[in-house]
Amino acid sequence: MSDKLDVRYTAQLARLELSEAEATRFQTQLSQVLVYVEKLREVNVEDVEPTAHSSALHNVFREDAPRDWFTSEEALQNAPRQANHLIIVPKVIE
Amino acid sequence: MDLHTLTLTALQARLRSGDCSAVDALEALEQRIAHVDPKVGGYLSRNFQTARAEAERADVSLPLGGIPIAIKDVINVQGEPCTAASKILSNYTAPYNATVINKLRAAGAIPFGRLNLDEFAMGSSTENSAIQRTANPWDLTRIPGGSSGGSAAVVAADEAFASLGSDTGGSIRQPASLCGCVGMKPTYGRVSRFGLIAFASSLDQIGPFTKTVEDSARMLSVLAGRDPQDSTSLELPAEDFTRLVGRDIKGLKIGMPKEYFIEGIDPQVDAAVRAAVRQYESLGAEIVEVSLPHTEYAVAVYYIIATAEASANLARYDGVRYGRRAEEVRNLQDLYIRSRSEGFGEEVKRRIILGTYVLSSGYYDAYYLRAQKVRTLIRQDFSRAFEKVDALICPTSPETAFKIGDRSDDPMKMYLADIFTIATNLAGIPGLSLPCGFAQVDGRPLPIGVQLLGKPLEEANLFQIAHAYEQSTPWHKARPTL
Repeated sequence: MSDKLDVRYTAQLARLELSEAEATRFQTQLSQVLVYVEKLREVNVEDVEPTAHSSALHNVFREDAPRDWFTSEEALQNAPRQANHLIIVPKVIE
Repeated sequence: MDLHTLTLTALQARLRSGDCSAVDALEALEQRIAHVDPKVGGYLSRNFQTARAEAERADVSLPLGGIPIAIKDVINVQGEPCTAASKILSNYTAPYNATVINKLRAAGAIPFGRLNLDEFAMGSSTENSAIQRTANPWDLTRIPGGSSGGSAAVVAADEAFASLGSDTGGSIRQPASLCGCVGMKPTYGRVSRFGLIAFASSLDQIGPFTKTVEDSARMLSVLAGRDPQDSTSLELPAEDFTRLVGRDIKGLKIGMPKEYFIEGIDPQVDAAVRAAVRQYESLGAEIVEVSLPHTEYAVAVYYIIATAEASANLARYDGVRYGRRAEEVRNLQDLYIRSRSEGFGEEVKRRIILGTYVLSSGYYDAYYLRAQKVRTLIRQDFSRAFEKVDALICPTSPETAFKIGDRSDDPMKMYLADIFTIATNLAGIPGLSLPCGFAQVDGRPLPIGVQLLGKPLEEANLFQIAHAYEQSTPWHKARPTL
């Protein structure tokens, strides 16, 4: 399985850009980790249900009712760039 | 006696009898921190001004009235920074309180001070902090463990009466073991995660660091409870987790999982944990050997599931709504990529890439789904063992604190540091580490921790069992020379 890891391509999927040095290092290190996790192939998992969560919870609903939360000032207080109660981002549509 | 050396319980007695005030306690900590934290490096920031105002009007009749508590810098406290020890959150100010902070305040406690950690709680030595190094108070050339290294170090160094940490694969118990204090990871769902910066949501749990087991039980009594803001928090009646503390443990059955007593453990750690087992026997417990056959797969399962969840959770750091934004970008895509690539440290990037890979098309079944199935088998191992015993005993960490810089180039070796703590999170059961002796390394004593694991939601029994051992041994009274 592990020979297929392409660190640069996977980084791009995660919106990360790696330096040459990082890419080389990660390729070696993560290939080692993938070799290690291959040991899971020896476990018989036939008829075993997957566990997503340790508590047996399914859908949890709350009442669909409005309540007070952040004001727009509070919600925007950490925005790196903003104006007129809006977040500024680079132009998306040409 | 210097106030900063008191346990939480002892401080509370003094506050209530009027022997000292909450302001006195806070000032004692302030002095202690000024004196030793330049060496230890546990605190990232502290706000004594606000804390003093709270101390002046403290109601000491409340469960934690007037007691200052230090907070891992991954838990939001309104109006304070919350960096996750990452550059990407270096200018972030928390706009709200985590539920645990509201609970501490309602109980009269004074949350103050932010504690160092591995960036986004990813690591076992606190060396992955993008902000500063934290040293082990017992030997300043060694790591305090991680990821809650600051939380453990400040309690061990008497710079806090108690602190909060978070545990995804051992991040409370391992540093507690390496620094010589008590670290508790509750049952998954026991404590609300609302306001905890998410790492791996199906594994993360907040818990306390304290100087004694009783203090730990007091803290959990305040922290626990259903929270509508966290749909995974469990609907359970409030509990006094100290209620069994002090009861004897005659006739209780404690299991020794044979997979946790293996070759490769530091001989001094092995000897100390085996001595703790004998101590339990002399206290009247029955020791039973049990088997958790899928233990050897836990690290592999964890590094698939935890990185997969992390890759999704950390997708939110895109430089748009909060956090660091890259300058002079070409377009929106470039803004995402450069903000993330400049803001995240190396270990975080490594884990995001691994998590993205195991979830990516074509590999999902081979890695993620298979890991989730083996996770089921690991949970079943524990359920079967708990049919025979009341609790399990094992080492917390296979070794004592290693030297700063020793492991930083070898992630796989670092991942194996969590070999005895990871399965607990995969199974969602509670676990506690407490001091059980010292190793002599290079002529210095280094703390060793013993880990107790309990049935889901039976934290009270775990505190009972831990307290019985603690009170029959001298280890919890030892303090580092600083």
